[in-house]
Amino acid sequence: MPLFDKKDKSRYETFTRRTLMVSGGMTAVLAALGGRLYQLQIKDGDLYHTAAEDNRVNERLVAPPRGRILDRFAVELANNRRNYRVLLVAEQASNGTAAALDTISRVIALSDQQKKRVMRDLAANKRFVPVVVAENLSWDEFALVNQHLPYLPGVQPDVGETRAYPYGAELSHLIGYVAPVSQSDKQTDDSDALLDLPGFRIGKRGVEKEFDTEIRGKAGASRVEVNAYGRVIRELSRDPSTAGKDVYLTIDRELQNFADQKMTGQSAACIVMDCQNGDILALSSTPGFDPNLFNVGISNDEWKTLTTDDHKPLINKALGGEYPPGSTFKTAMAMAAVQNGLADLQVNCNGALQLGNNTFHCWAWKKGGHGHVDLKRGIAQSCDVFFYEVARHLGIDKMHDAATALGIGSRTGIEIPGERPGFMPNSEWKLRHTGIPWQVGDSLSAGIGQGYVIATPIQLCTLAARIASGKAVSPRVVHAVGNVVQPRPVPNPLPFSDEAFQKVREGMNAVTNEGGTAAGFRIAEPGFEMAGKTGTAQVRKISKEERASGVKKNGSLPWALRDHGLFVAFAPVAAPRYALACITEHASDAHPQVVIARDVLRFAQQRDVVGLKTLYPVNAASEQTGTRRT
Amino acid sequence: MNTRPYAATRRMLSVTDKLFEVNWGLVLLIGIIACIGFAMLYSVAGASFSPWAGKQMAYFAVGLVLLIGASLTDIRFWMSIAYPAYVVSLILLVVVLVAGHSALGAQRWISVGPIEIQPSELMKIALILALARFLHGLSVEDVSKPLRLLIPLVMIAMPAALVLKQPNLGTTIILVADGISLLFLAGLSWWWIAPAFGAVASAIPLAWRFFLHDYQKQRVMTFLNPESDALGAGWNITQAKIAVGSGGLTGKGFLQGSQSRLNFLPEKHSDFIVTNYAEEFGFVGSIALLLLFAIVIGYGVQIAMSARSQFGRLVAMGLTLNFFFYILINGAMVMGLIPVVGIPMPLLSYGGTAMLSVMFGFGILMSVHVHRQVEIPRHSGGII
Repeated sequence: MPLFDKKDKSRYETFTRRTLMVSGGMTAVLAALGGRLYQLQIKDGDLYHTAAEDNRVNERLVAPPRGRILDRFAVELANNRRNYRVLLVAEQASNGTAAALDTISRVIALSDQQKKRVMRDLAANKRFVPVVVAENLSWDEFALVNQHLPYLPGVQPDVGETRAYPYGAELSHLIGYVAPVSQSDKQTDDSDALLDLPGFRIGKRGVEKEFDTEIRGKAGASRVEVNAYGRVIRELSRDPSTAGKDVYLTIDRELQNFADQKMTGQSAACIVMDCQNGDILALSSTPGFDPNLFNVGISNDEWKTLTTDDHKPLINKALGGEYPPGSTFKTAMAMAAVQNGLADLQVNCNGALQLGNNTFHCWAWKKGGHGHVDLKRGIAQSCDVFFYEVARHLGIDKMHDAATALGIGSRTGIEIPGERPGFMPNSEWKLRHTGIPWQVGDSLSAGIGQGYVIATPIQLCTLAARIASGKAVSPRVVHAVGNVVQPRPVPNPLPFSDEAFQKVREGMNAVTNEGGTAAGFRIAEPGFEMAGKTGTAQVRKISKEERASGVKKNGSLPWALRDHGLFVAFAPVAAPRYALACITEHASDAHPQVVIARDVLRFAQQRDVVGLKTLYPVNAASEQTGTRRT
Repeated sequence: MNTRPYAATRRMLSVTDKLFEVNWGLVLLIGIIACIGFAMLYSVAGASFSPWAGKQMAYFAVGLVLLIGASLTDIRFWMSIAYPAYVVSLILLVVVLVAGHSALGAQRWISVGPIEIQPSELMKIALILALARFLHGLSVEDVSKPLRLLIPLVMIAMPAALVLKQPNLGTTIILVADGISLLFLAGLSWWWIAPAFGAVASAIPLAWRFFLHDYQKQRVMTFLNPESDALGAGWNITQAKIAVGSGGLTGKGFLQGSQSRLNFLPEKHSDFIVTNYAEEFGFVGSIALLLLFAIVIGYGVQIAMSARSQFGRLVAMGLTLNFFFYILINGAMVMGLIPVVGIPMPLLSYGGTAMLSVMFGFGILMSVHVHRQVEIPRHSGGII
């Protein structure tokens, strides 16, 4: 049976041949697809597996709890408190976010500004991201929100952790504060990924800043599975964070508080040091500020108040204030005098010293001077003429050596940022910087702590401590970070003879206890006496004309033009343990700084701060006073 | 093999005869592949029959009825409606451009009451039928005669131009590929084929300059360098490759594909469904699927070779190649071998129209098988 005609046969053959060709082609192409599968799944399989895991798994940082800051008796000066917050999740707000926000504002107070910020945050984030509506709520507010929760769809109450400073302003300059990370922090700080964590706070000032990396701790990580939109599906695993280390200060919170109370209303600074080892027991600068403000977010008004206050609450005057030391500097000059063979210098003060065409007045020039003055009386009466003579005999370079040996003119290295260096001139410096050789007149001014000499209160306290103890102690405020005791360098020997220390201490004792310039402020309680030295730092220059017509009384001047009052002291006199420096700005007449010093030193001795058992977790091996906590 | 004497030698086949002749092995194979599709749609929906797997099963059921119905229909009927179907499809393609509604930037659909029709899907089958019918009337020598050749070329070009205008590059490519393949199988001279290839190659730069849409150019550019825009247009390619590659040798396991479960995969239920399969069943599963497809194609080739009429042979081969082109383009696309064009994987990707047109195609293929012994006079081909 002929199935095909001739033409159909040729068609059939062609078709069959070409179909086989096409089939071969299809087989080859399918094989190529198989090859591609091999390439993707077998050859590069691991690569793509990693890529898929990268897609799927997101590492989230877990913020560590910040370490506490404690005083020498383990009182918490900075700790962490619960932060009651209210969050809003857009996708769960069934009546819309605006309505939800409205309902919340009927339960807790929300300003229009806050609402605007929330709406902005909601718009900027994906719909499943919780946005903070309000934080740092009181327990009552928080309870109220929880109570109304059934009517608040999309609202999530949440308890976080935030920094707290229980003692507020009194420790603000010492402890500092934490605040949100700024752009410049990210540039200058280490590469810690925690800085990118939203809402993360770092130390911005004081101990919080200096020891920030230690207090901060180490981030933990939570591995979560996320979808393509970033929503967390579940947690896969978690590495716990390492809590920040606690920092133990040498501070006694009670003493700090006492000093702060005494300085209320003054623009002042006061430092108390253990003069035997340099431990700072109190370091106060008033006015302070509430460090909690910076943590929770400071308002424009509050910021303005702080920056425009003429008492400068944002400046730590104890470290960052530079003042002419005035007569307190005479203690250092007296040390230099004895050391350089002027122990028996006798001067007759008639109220002024004539040097060429210039007259250098003694502060007592009106009374006709101090008459016959020796070293002890020179210190006790703070006789300027006596120290002009000392300066003239010594010359600036010997004065410079003595003052720097006692801690003036360079940073003490205390572990708090913002310390200023002060300045102690020498002859070489003046020539180099002004082109004019050092003049004897310059020495005379420097001899009474005026002229080019400037010092910070912490330097003056160091000066007092070194004179009182005879050791080259340096201030130290941090005892231990975690379980690591901070190094305490062995003090270098001071280049002064015992006689020098003895004579100057006697002079300083005379200031308070033997009818000297601070005789009215002696500590009356037997066994608690203090020795000291007063000082006044002129804020304005007294002109010749004014001196002729009668110098205005300090109290009659505007506040900002009045002289600063300074005082350095140590106690007890016989076996010194406490050194102190105090300055009250623009208030020298009634000597409030001496009152403060007297009360603080009496309080410190009565409380026996250095005698009390410290509560440090560990003590240095060399430490004599403390015992290991059990 | 077949002990039963072939019924088709009789002039008329009863329905029972035809039912016996339906290639049930192929139906089973199609069913297995479709079941893989259901499982994948169930998986990408997060272990749920809604919204895709359940509906897809219903589409498949309807498609199965269509397949059986088409396979029992006489091949001569299909031949007789070849030209009318082509004309109707062409008209619908014009209508869709004028009155159709668009989805994802392309005008592809028209609504007839509750039914959504995609005329380009109809055209694929209509073009194969019409070309096969035309070529049925030509001898090998006739095919290469310029005037005779002009007609099938126009038949290919008209729908291709209309579909390209929608724009739907993927379907255009398939239409042209189907048409050229049929001309080739019908015996088009190599003297035509070789210069044509040259012409096409030289026309590519011109097409790039004048005919391609920006989004199409964009796709090509991102294809050539997907990392240049890994989060934008390159996202699809990058994520699809990650899904396939991360499957490894044996895959992550059913319902364990993280790429689709976490929504990293684009169009995970439609064009990119096989990436989820490759992720969950790995190289072993993927090769198995490829083999299943290869067997289906083998069936198609075998049916074509055993058909007595030139019409039947061409239709069978045309439908088989159409199926193959789908697999090729979709497979190459999801594995990052060619740029992204909107072509679904037959039987696996979600979609009613695609499912029905694929099943209908298989129905006609089986009709060729059932009626393989039917002789059709030469003169019923060509242009009437």
